[in-house]
Amino acid sequence: MDLLAHLAEGFATSLSPVNLMIVIIGVTAGLFIGAMPGLGSVNGVAIVLPLTFIVPPSSAIILLAAIYYGAMYGGAISSILLGIPGASTAVATTFDGRPMAQQGKAGLALIAAAVASFVGGTISVVLFTLFAAPLADLALAFGPAEEFALVLLAFTTFVGLGGDDVLKTIIMICLGLVLSTVGLDLISGQPRLIFFDQPGFYSGMSFLVLAIGVYGVGEILHTIETSKTAPQVTPARLTFGSLWLGIKEMNKLWRTMSFGSFIGFFVGMLPAAGATPAALMAYGLAKLMSKNPDSFGKGNIEGVAAPETANNAASTGSLLPMLTLGIPGSPTTALLLGGMVMWGLVPGPMLFIEQPDFVWGLISSLYTANLFAVLVNIALIPVFVWALRMPFTVLCAMVLVLCIVGGYAPSQKMHDVWLIAGFGAGGYLLRKADYPLAPLVLAIVLGPLMEKSFRQTLIAEQGNMMAFIERPLSATFIAISAVFFLLPLLKHFRRMTRRNGASERPAE
Amino acid sequence: MLMADRLIAVGIMALSAYFMWHATVLPIGWNGMTGGPGGGAFPFWLSAVMLVTAGAILIRSLRGKTAYSGNFFDLDTLRSVISVFIALVITIALIGWAGAYVALPLFILWYLKIFGKHGWVLTASLTFGTPVFLFFFFEVTLKILLPKGLTEPVFTPLYAIFF
Repeated sequence: MDLLAHLAEGFATSLSPVNLMIVIIGVTAGLFIGAMPGLGSVNGVAIVLPLTFIVPPSSAIILLAAIYYGAMYGGAISSILLGIPGASTAVATTFDGRPMAQQGKAGLALIAAAVASFVGGTISVVLFTLFAAPLADLALAFGPAEEFALVLLAFTTFVGLGGDDVLKTIIMICLGLVLSTVGLDLISGQPRLIFFDQPGFYSGMSFLVLAIGVYGVGEILHTIETSKTAPQVTPARLTFGSLWLGIKEMNKLWRTMSFGSFIGFFVGMLPAAGATPAALMAYGLAKLMSKNPDSFGKGNIEGVAAPETANNAASTGSLLPMLTLGIPGSPTTALLLGGMVMWGLVPGPMLFIEQPDFVWGLISSLYTANLFAVLVNIALIPVFVWALRMPFTVLCAMVLVLCIVGGYAPSQKMHDVWLIAGFGAGGYLLRKADYPLAPLVLAIVLGPLMEKSFRQTLIAEQGNMMAFIERPLSATFIAISAVFFLLPLLKHFRRMTRRNGASERPAE
Repeated sequence: MLMADRLIAVGIMALSAYFMWHATVLPIGWNGMTGGPGGGAFPFWLSAVMLVTAGAILIRSLRGKTAYSGNFFDLDTLRSVISVFIALVITIALIGWAGAYVALPLFILWYLKIFGKHGWVLTASLTFGTPVFLFFFFEVTLKILLPKGLTEPVFTPLYAIFF
């Protein structure tokens, strides 16, 4: 019952008029950001983060979490109306959302997406509430050795489960970690990696600069390339009748939606997986369990509901390790984590003890954000239809201006703005060459923690490397990391032996 | 377009070597006094891993065994991407010299009118509206002063009104 008391106190915070307003502004902004093709939650959070100095830190996090949430809802809007996923997380929604729109059922599809998002969000927030405190309690026993092992585990999930080129993933992790070491050495305080003797590098390289560069400027450069032709917006008419019909239709899909929510929540917790694979998995599962799988891809409402529940549940799931362990479950939560550190709130188990008001306020705000997101989403559908007609050039110009000003504001140094331009060009090129960007952002956020915990452990143990495997928890994490790391090698060898076997057989 | 894949791998190798050279300023080996690695070890050895991995990508690419596919550069789209990037760089350079309130409107004007070929009404409203919004949001509300460069004196009367 402790839990309910905490949650009630949290609601006292999140239902205050200021925070309620922040949640509404956040979900509305998130819905628009998510609905814009090319911009997803991670771009939205990166661009908006520097502007959140306008509110106190605890409200700023609530605002960003609301944007994250809203963007997950918003992604479906352009998936359905344009046939272009508004964010990568909404790719699976295009499979059936687009055919539905072409059959003149765009309104129904939008309602289905909104309701499914709400269900996914609600189930996952309840799961989040149940898991958060026990996980934080467990994490209290963590020393530096466990912290290091956990960060290592987070990175190896990218190698083992990421699905991208393994070599390129490793490079991006290392690059992020190296960039995070720029500035002053954590232990000795000596300067290191001061490129070209520029004094700007003494204060280190902010994760925000990298994020705005890669996800702001880099994303826009990418959008310029991919958005040569103006997309066709499908008109969506909405009546109370269709709203009622939508809710009635959705009522039949409880099984699909609950599966989607659970998949989303647990897949979302893994740093390497997240909302996009969760949505694809939920779609696949819904098709597998369906009585007529052939109707999928041709405008089946279930094919909209499944991925939408999963991607919303995944966004909540990725918040769980971020808040309780200090290890983000997605690039967006990595930015939230970086923002919290910037504001002097250190995520991790101690947060639950030192700042219970903040933690439970944030958790309860997820409930309100979810509720307002569904209401704003359905109420503003006509506005979204209109906004999607906005030419890309207007959007791109405004986002670039925001990147420049937003990059300057936190540190007030032009040095950072130049870095943003550099990272923008670099991120664009790396993305074109199939280098994954998510591990890069996670690495620059987690780098200081990884290095500090590694060196602290060794100093405390007089340089004994065995310290990491002598403690049971840290040994477990390292063992799992080793499995993830070896997974691609195993796959490679199996493929090699199979190929050899296949080539030998005809010779027999 | 294996060429691009190789060029980027070579670029990463050069960058790693540059990082490694920088990292050697601090001890990169085991620090006998305190236990544990020295201050330069983390960046040095991670850069070394990058160097080796990028080398592996290069070798893989040269042997023609790459999963990389895709049209890397289409000249027409590349031209628009490069022109936007150059405009961005000019804008940032101009911010330091002539101030944000000259550079940013010029950037918007260029982007909307010349690059985007939009009408004058839209262009003018955003060109004039954006700096006003930025001024009230950053300078008046957040008390964050954007760089003004040469145009600093123009803002003195405005400061007197709002601060």
